[in-house]
Formats: sequence, C-alpha cells, structure tokens
Amino acid sequence: MDDSTLAQQQQKLKYYQKGTFTVGNRLVSDAERSVQASAERSNALTSGHRACQGCGEALGARYAIDAAMRATGNDLIAVNATGCLEVFTTPYPETSWQLPWLHSLFGNAAAVATGVAAAQRVKGKATRVIAQGGDGGTTDIGFQCLSGMFERNDDVLYICYDNEGYMNTGVQRSSATPPAARTATTPALGPEPGNVFGTGKFVPKIAVAHGIPYVATATVADLRDLEAKVIKAMGIRGARYIQINVPCPLGWGAPSYDTIKLARLAVECGLYPIFEAEHGRITQSRKIRRRIPVRDYLILQKRYAHLFRNGVDDPRVARLQAICDAHIEDYGLLGDDEA
Amino acid sequence: MLKQVEGSHAVAEAIALCRPEVICAYPITPQTHIVEGVGELVKSGALQNCEFINVESEFAALSVAIGASAAGARAYTATASQGLLFMAEAVYNAAGLGLPIVMTLGNRAIGAPINIWNDHSDAMSMRDAGWMQLFAENNQEAVDLHIIAFRLAEELSMPVMVCVDGFILTHAFERVDIPEQAQVDAFLPPYDPVQVLDPDNPASIGAMVGPEAFTEVRFLAHYKQRQALRLIPALSDDFAKIFGRASGGLLRAYRTEDAETIVVAMGSVVGTIKDVVDELRDEGQKIGVVTLVSYRPFPVEALRDILKTAKHVVVIEKSVSVGLGGPLADNTDGALRNLDNRPLLHSAIAGLGGRPITRASLKRLFHDAVHAPWEGPFFLDLNERVVGREIHRVRKVRRSGATAENILRQLALASHLPQE
Ligand SMILES: Cc1ncc(C[n+]2csc(CCOP(=O)(O)OP(=O)(O)O)c2C)c(N)n1
Ligand code: SF4
Ligand SMILES: [Mg+2]
Repeated sequence: MDDSTLAQQQQKLKYYQKGTFTVGNRLVSDAERSVQASAERSNALTSGHRACQGCGEALGARYAIDAAMRATGNDLIAVNATGCLEVFTTPYPETSWQLPWLHSLFGNAAAVATGVAAAQRVKGKATRVIAQGGDGGTTDIGFQCLSGMFERNDDVLYICYDNEGYMNTGVQRSSATPPAARTATTPALGPEPGNVFGTGKFVPKIAVAHGIPYVATATVADLRDLEAKVIKAMGIRGARYIQINVPCPLGWGAPSYDTIKLARLAVECGLYPIFEAEHGRITQSRKIRRRIPVRDYLILQKRYAHLFRNGVDDPRVARLQAICDAHIEDYGLLGDDEA
Repeated sequence: MLKQVEGSHAVAEAIALCRPEVICAYPITPQTHIVEGVGELVKSGALQNCEFINVESEFAALSVAIGASAAGARAYTATASQGLLFMAEAVYNAAGLGLPIVMTLGNRAIGAPINIWNDHSDAMSMRDAGWMQLFAENNQEAVDLHIIAFRLAEELSMPVMVCVDGFILTHAFERVDIPEQAQVDAFLPPYDPVQVLDPDNPASIGAMVGPEAFTEVRFLAHYKQRQALRLIPALSDDFAKIFGRASGGLLRAYRTEDAETIVVAMGSVVGTIKDVVDELRDEGQKIGVVTLVSYRPFPVEALRDILKTAKHVVVIEKSVSVGLGGPLADNTDGALRNLDNRPLLHSAIAGLGGRPITRASLKRLFHDAVHAPWEGPFFLDLNERVVGREIHRVRKVRRSGATAENILRQLALASHLPQE
C-alpha cells in the first residue's frame, strides 16, 4: 500500500481499542501499521536528548519527522526555531537529529526554510524541507516570517509544536496560551487570575485564511491521525501548516504519565479542535468520540488550580466551557450519533 | 566593457556576473535600484539558475539567504540603514554560522530623525557582527569589490558586506568598466561550501554552545578575519592579473610618502579629499590621505606603517558613536597606541545624514588640525547658532518638544530673517 492510500484508509477506518483509545498495531495488517511501529523507521530524533520525562513536544516531533522521512524516502532537511525542541536536542557537541538540521534564530525558521527550499530548486534536487518551532516561535515572534512563507506559497511544511507557552524560558505566556491558564507572566493573582479572556489567537485559522494548499491540527493523542496528516502534507507542494497539541508536564503542572491523556481530553472537551483544510476551506474535522466537560480536563493541571479552590468551581470554568461549546459548533466536532 | 551607468545598475550587473543562486531582498532607499536591477536580470532570463525571492522584511531577506547558503547555494542580499537594523539578529547569526553571504549596503543614516541620505551609521552599527566590511571609493570599485567579496567570503566561509555610499555612488552615473563573464569565471570558482545540509551526510548546524567552547568559537572568528588581512591583498593581486586593474586591497595611500599630515577616511569622500590634498600639495603642504577599503578586518599594522611617520593624523568619518565620538578615529587611535612618537590624532565627524562635505570645509579642517588643534570629536560645519539656541531653550522650557522638529522650525524661521 502506498502512502496516499494508507492515508485514505486511515481517514476511513475507525480503530477502537478498549481503555486507552490507542490503536493497537497488533490489530491491523503490516502495511497499515504506524510509522512508529516499524523497525524501519528513521528515528530522526533519536534517544539521548534532554527533554523532560513525558514531553509532548519530543513525542510529537519524533512522530512527525519520522513520518515525513518515510514520505520523502529520507530525503529531507529540517529547520528549527529556538525553543525547547532545539535546546534539548542539540546540547553541543551532541545532537539527536539523524537528518540534516539547521537552527538559525527564534523568529526566522519559516524564512530560513524558504531559503533551503530555494537552494534545492536551483540545485535541481528533490530534497524536501520542513520548518518547525514552538507556539511562541510560530504564533508570536516568527509570525511575520510564517505569513510571508505562506503568502509566497513556498514549498515548506511548517510544523508548530503547540505547548501553549514559552516553555524553554520558564513557562511564560504566548498568544497560544489558553484563557485562565497560569504562566509565569500571567500569574494566578488578582481579580482576573491567569491568562486574560478575550486575548490570544488560533494560528491554524489564520493559516487557512492564507489559502495555502494544506492546513491541519493534530494531537499526540492520535498517532495515526498525526502521521497520516504529515504524510499527506508531504504529498503536496507549496506552503503547508500543521499545528500539533503537545502537552508540557512541566509548564502545565501535570504528571508526566498524563501527557497522552491530557492531549486526548483537550480534544474530547472541544478546547482543541482537530481539523484539516485545503486551499482556504475546512475539509473535515475529527469528531469527538466521548464528549467530556472541560472541567475534567482542567482539573488535572496545576496551571488551572486557581479555578478549583475551596471546592468551588470558579465562574471562569463556565466561560472556558462556552469556548469549547463554540468550537464544537464552529468546527462540527460532534458526529451524528453524538449531536 | 566600458559603460556610462548608474552605480546601482553597475553593481547589479556585477552581482549577476558572480552567478548568485538565491537572491532575496526587501526595498529600501537607496538600495532599491540594485535589487530592481538584479530582479530584472533574473526575470528576463539574462541571469539563469537563480531564484529571486521577494520577501516581507529584511529580517526574512537575510534569513532566506542563511537557509540558501547553508544548503549550498551562493546567496546575495542588499539593504541599507533601517533595513540593516531590522535584520540585525540575522546579521550576527549569518556570521556566527560561518555562511559566506555577500550583502551590499547602500550606506544611509539611521533614524530617528528618519533620513534617507548618506552616512556610515548603518555600517558602523554592525561593525562587531563578524562580517567583513569593505568600502567602495567609486563605482568602479563598487563593481570590483563585489566580485572580490564573493571569493573572499567563500574562501574563508565568512560573510562580507560591501559598503557603497547611498546616492553619492548608488545613484551616480559614471563610466564603469563592466567585466566580461569569462574574467569573473576565471576569478571566482563555483561555491564549494565547507558545511552543507545534505541528506546523504546529515549534520546538525546551529547547536547550542556553552561556556566550555564559546570563547574558542569567537576566537576562531577573529582568527579568520586576521587571515583575511593577508588574503585581501592577495585577492587584489589576483584580481589585477585577470581584470587588468588594481582594485580592493586593505587600504590605499595617496601622496603619503613624506606627508606630515595624513588624512584617514573611507568611501566616496576620499575623492574630494584627494582633490584637496592636490591643492594643498600645490601650495607646498606635505599632506596625503589613506583610504581604508577594509574596515573589518581592521588593518592595524598596515595603517600604522603608513601613519607612524606623520605628525598629524586627521580622521574624517560619517558616523558618530554617541557619547564617545568617531568610531573610526577610535580604531585609528588603537592602531597608533604603542608608537613611541605617535602622531597627534584629530577626529572629525562629517557628512551626517547626507550633509555635503565641501573642499572649502576640508581645507579649513586640515589647516586647523595643524594650527588650531581641537580636543575630542569635531563636528564639521555644525550650525552652532541653531545648536546653541536649542540648548538654551531646552534648559528654559520643560515641555520643549522634539529636537528634530524644533531645529527644522528654527531653520525655517532663520530663512525668513536677516542673517546676523
Ligand atoms: C529574539 C529572541 N527573543 C527571545 C528569546 C528567548 N527565547 C528562547 S526560546 C523562547 C521560548 C520558546 O517558546 P516556544 O516557541 O513556544 O517553544 P517551547 O520552548 O515552548 O517549545 C524564548 C522566549 C530568543 N532566543 N530570541
Ligand atoms: S519544559 Fe515542556 S516542552 Fe520543554 S522539554 Fe520539558 S516537557 Fe518538553
Ligand atoms: Mg511553547
């Protein structure tokens, strides 16, 4: 089965496994197994790096880059913005990267990738290019370069690992930090503790507005969906954007064993919509399988602890629930059986 | 081929002859005609095998060049003034990564107050970034220095900034000898990178370096620029053999052999200074001028050798390190530091924001250097009346307003009043 039919299959099939919701590779044929399940996977981000235990970003990057390596026959170059991913993978003189990798600055990964892609074209090479960075490097300081890369439709897949804050510098607020979340610069103090409601932006939607060939959101809770989206993106030319929700145990104040669970709950409560868009139109969204109140997601994380003091829910929980409800409606996140 | 062309156009043609593979730039006066020129050559097909990328900022322009260069392509960009500052972080990064990018700087003042005219503030702001910085005296040299720059950059794996005075050179129509493609090809071999992003040989570039190695990395950058002190004259000799004319080098001395007063300057102002030197020589004064072509690396020894027998050294420069004085004067002072009988150094700041540097003012300046020497930096042709009034007014009035606007108002008033 080639990669595009594999992707199609994965859109069609629904895998169920009791308990964890992870797809058991044992249940499917060899050809349908995930890239990560294969002994042949490139291990592009190999072991030995310095990420915290349970780091969603490390996990997401490994899934994504291995899938892209598979899709391109290992003919791939990665450009990395400054941030946790860059720092924990390349403490000089060591590196975890098994593919050509370049780190220039915090805010220019998209433009550097444009340059790398231009060099491939002029040299007549088929090598493909990925740029990657955290939410800060993408939605804030790198946003101008990102928008420029989109607008020119440069042949780059940009992957944003969204852990909802500046983690590398000690967990400060970014424009991807959710309302009410406590960070070092939005402390849980005063009459409006945590991040302020009505601020922030959701860059996937802005990417869609650029009309680029492909935009998707994904989560480390759904490995197959993530791999399929990366593989699909590598089958397309032009500017592409994938934003992956990657829980950060340190920044979110959660146990490292809850990374996958939190990623799953963020989707199941509707706070993190998972969808795909092509050429400016949303083409499909991933349906919520078992809807949960946002409270169940928030209460597991210390960054929201101020919402649950003294056994009483802060009214902000209801405001966050309203955001989830709006996402569910806007992105059509409920399947027919759930609606 | 001899042509009567605009400086920018001549530079564009020189760039094309160097067979760049990726060009990216963002418009800013007075650099625009250069990138428009190269853009035209790419679009028309005259320059083949080259990607011309219109980016959204100077920061992106240099970042694209960084990516292209790291991927093994010969990369070029151009900017000026605010644009150079906007890309500042990438300027340091390109040097730190050792990427042989060539950039033209159409020298222009930096705001506020915003000013599009020529001075060297922009180049000076990046003098410590790790780029080599070469200054052109005229448009022929602007053309030649770009060709030399690519070779220099690629031999040392270090970026080069070619500084061309905004308007005075970029917009001047002069006779320029545009080299033949075969000559440039003979001088400049294809780019063979020392490190490259290559899936067959994957390497990580741009790793995090801590205190255990950072000093060594910095030392080696400095060491490379010291090597350039030997390489730049050698390339200039090579250039002369192939192109049949002398160009580049670290510095050039003009009538300095027996000179008691030696002027030090960079860029297009040297043309005017040479005229003044000739005039004063005719009057019997022993005066000469040194043109610094290479500001980084700074040719300490070569400069000292020329200046050491002089009695007076006059440094004229188009920039000011606010709170200190002239950076070029300061560097020149450093070159003279350990001489036994060191000449007296006189620092003059001139031509800021495009103010013309006239022969009359220079003559007065050189006379005063010997007969009425001043302390510290001297601002040539400073309108002392206007400055005095403004200082007085600011002392009297708390809400005194913005300096630039106040001075313009004063000048406008003064033009309607009888002069004292
Ligand atoms: C121009 C610049 N400003 C600030 C920094 C400091 N800085 C480095 S990484 C970082 C935060 C990264 O956050 P994000 O992009 O979300 O990645 P994360 O570490 O969360 O994965 C900051 C603020 C920098 N390196 N460069
Ligand atoms: S701080 Fe967060 S993002 Fe950074 S390495 Fe640790 S878990 Fe990963
Ligand atoms: Mg982050």
